[in-house]
Formats: sequence, structure tokens, C-alpha cells
Amino acid sequence: MSGTEHPDVVLCPGGPMLLRGDHVVQDADGELHHTQRPVSAVCRCGKSGSQPWCDGTHKLIPAKNRP
Amino acid sequence: MLTPKGRGSLSDIVFSSMRSSSPTWKLALSTLADDDEDLQITLWALYELHYRGFEDVDDSMEWQPELIELRRSLETSFEHTLRDRAPSVSPDGEFAETFFDFVADHDGPSLASHVHKDADHEQVLELLRMRSIYHLKESDPTTWVVPRLPVRTKAALMELQFDEYGCGDPTRLHAQLFARGMDQCGLRPEYGAYIDDVPLEVLEENNAMSLFGLNRRLRGASLGHLAAFEVTSSIPSRRIAQGFARLGLPDAMIEYYTEHVEADAVHEQLAVRTICGSLLEEEPALRDDVFFGAFTCLDLEDRFAHRMLAEWAA
Repeated sequence: MSGTEHPDVVLCPGGPMLLRGDHVVQDADGELHHTQRPVSAVCRCGKSGSQPWCDGTHKLIPAKNRP
Repeated sequence: MLTPKGRGSLSDIVFSSMRSSSPTWKLALSTLADDDEDLQITLWALYELHYRGFEDVDDSMEWQPELIELRRSLETSFEHTLRDRAPSVSPDGEFAETFFDFVADHDGPSLASHVHKDADHEQVLELLRMRSIYHLKESDPTTWVVPRLPVRTKAALMELQFDEYGCGDPTRLHAQLFARGMDQCGLRPEYGAYIDDVPLEVLEENNAMSLFGLNRRLRGASLGHLAAFEVTSSIPSRRIAQGFARLGLPDAMIEYYTEHVEADAVHEQLAVRTICGSLLEEEPALRDDVFFGAFTCLDLEDRFAHRMLAEWAA
């Protein structure tokens, strides 16, 4: 991160994708979910119990299976 | 809120001096704390003068030189205690992964697991009374740090704090969500209502956050504490929410914890990567303090959990 650029989307190593701002996310079943907060975390490990949002579950799976 | 009950010679004399129109500072300054609890309740009340204060203490006491002198003496002693408990060296390696591993490798008793599976109704109400000391001023100790930070860290911290404070909506402010839950549980939702009931461990947890937040030189510890707090929140919050549902607690209290499952899954990434990460790029010398703050957060929660689980014979 440098200069005048600030990312809207951040991929966290081994963890979720952060989304800044308002978005509508379509989950794997086709359902639409509006973001509810200034920054949202979208699950990338597939194991979250709050799909499509991250709930920290990636920390419970072996590091080699994390995104 | 009124001044708490004294818990020994020091707190008795300090609280009565704070309330008095002609205080006897000499006696207050020459009195030693009887024990840790006496010291911690005194320190808690001295810090509280910088938050919302007490109805029975004049607002001008916030900057009373003798009380500042006493606060400095007590918090110096407390900081030494905390530093003695912490590892002397912080782990090496790329910061974010090292930090997540540091927290994951810390092994301690879990109140969330007990609440999830075994706690009874009385135990969870007791836990909520203990937690209320912090949750009713949730995020406030960290807000002291904002003006003390470099630009990127300041913006990153405000991004997180904005969410904690309800994004401008007072009904979504986390402390207010907790107050609503307390009310629906039949507990007192007023700020500080249960201060006389909390043990040493809760006072230490709360005082550590104020110590780190109110001293600019400890900004690294404050943000390290924040990061460890956030990293240990999502998964335990889900367990607590499930435990509360098992016990039939009111929806508002369950929602407070459900909100923290998703909010803190975001906040842990922000706190570690954008907040502490940017701080250490600008001020790498603060790395040890970031880990000191993180350890203190985890260690004080362990002490609290040990205390409660022993009391409940769990």
C-alpha cells in the first residue's frame, strides 16, 4: 500500500476477502446478501457457518488447506 | 454512577477525598494499598475520572494534581506487574502470520466453551455482570490512542472504531447493543452498575486497557491488546451465542454475541494487518510493545477464566 491508492478489495493470506463499502454478494446458492458494515469479510475457505461472510473458522483448519 | 465501595485503606481514603469539598490529599498520598484489589479499584476509579466520571465527584477532579500523581504511582506499579508476567522476547517473523500464530499458540481455559455446553442460567448472568464493566464502554479505551498515531494507522483504527460505534447509528453502537441485552436479561444496563461485584481479575482487565490507552508511549501495547482481543472474539462469540440460546436468554443478548461473530472476523484482519501492521511499518521499535499488549490481553483473560471456572467448580 503506498501513494494515493487505497484498495477496496483485500485478499488476506489464509483468510477472507475484505470488501470496503456497500456491495451485494451472491452466495453459492444464488442468494443475495447486502454488506452491513464499513468493511465486510467474505469467506474464502468455504467452512464459515455464516456464509457468505467469514466467521473466523479458517483458523481452525490446517494451514495447508487455507486459501 | 457513584464512586465504588472502597476495598481497603487506600481506596477508602481516596474515594472519600474525591467526594469531599475539602479533601485531605496528604493522607491519601501517604496511604499504601492493603492488597492488589485495593490498588486496582483505586486505579479503576482514577481512570474513570477520564471517562464518564462519578455523580458524587466534581468534574474538576479529573486533573487534580494529587490524583494524577497517585494514578501515576499506581499505574507504574501495575505496568511493572504486567511486564513481569509477559515473555521478555517477542517472536520474530513476518508480522501478521507471526501474530496470528502467537495468539493461536497461547493455551488457556475457555469461558466460551463452558458457556456453550455446561453453564447454568445463574452463571451466565454472573458472567454478564462481570463483562458489563467493559462492554458498556466497549472500544472507549482504544479511542484515546487515535490522535497519537501515524496517518495510515489512524485511518485504519477509525475504520474499525466506526463500526464499533455503530457507524453513526446510536442504536447499533456495540456498547448500546450490550446495554439492551442486559436490560432484557433483567440486569442493570447502566454504565458501571456492577463495579462493586467484580473481582480483581476484571479490574485488572479493565485497568490494563486504560493504562495502554491513556499513555501515548504505550500506543503499541494498546493496539496489540486490541488485535489479540479481536483475534480471540469471533469463534468464542459464536459458542457464547449458542450457549445463551441453549439457556433461553433474550434475543437482544444473543444478538450482541452473534453480531461479534461477523464483526470481529473483519476486525481481526483489520487490527492485525492494517492497524498493527501499518504501525510497525512506521514505528518498528514498537513491535515488542505490540506483543506485550497482546500477551496481556490473553493472560488477563486466562486469569479471569481460571477464577470464574474455579468459582463455578467447572
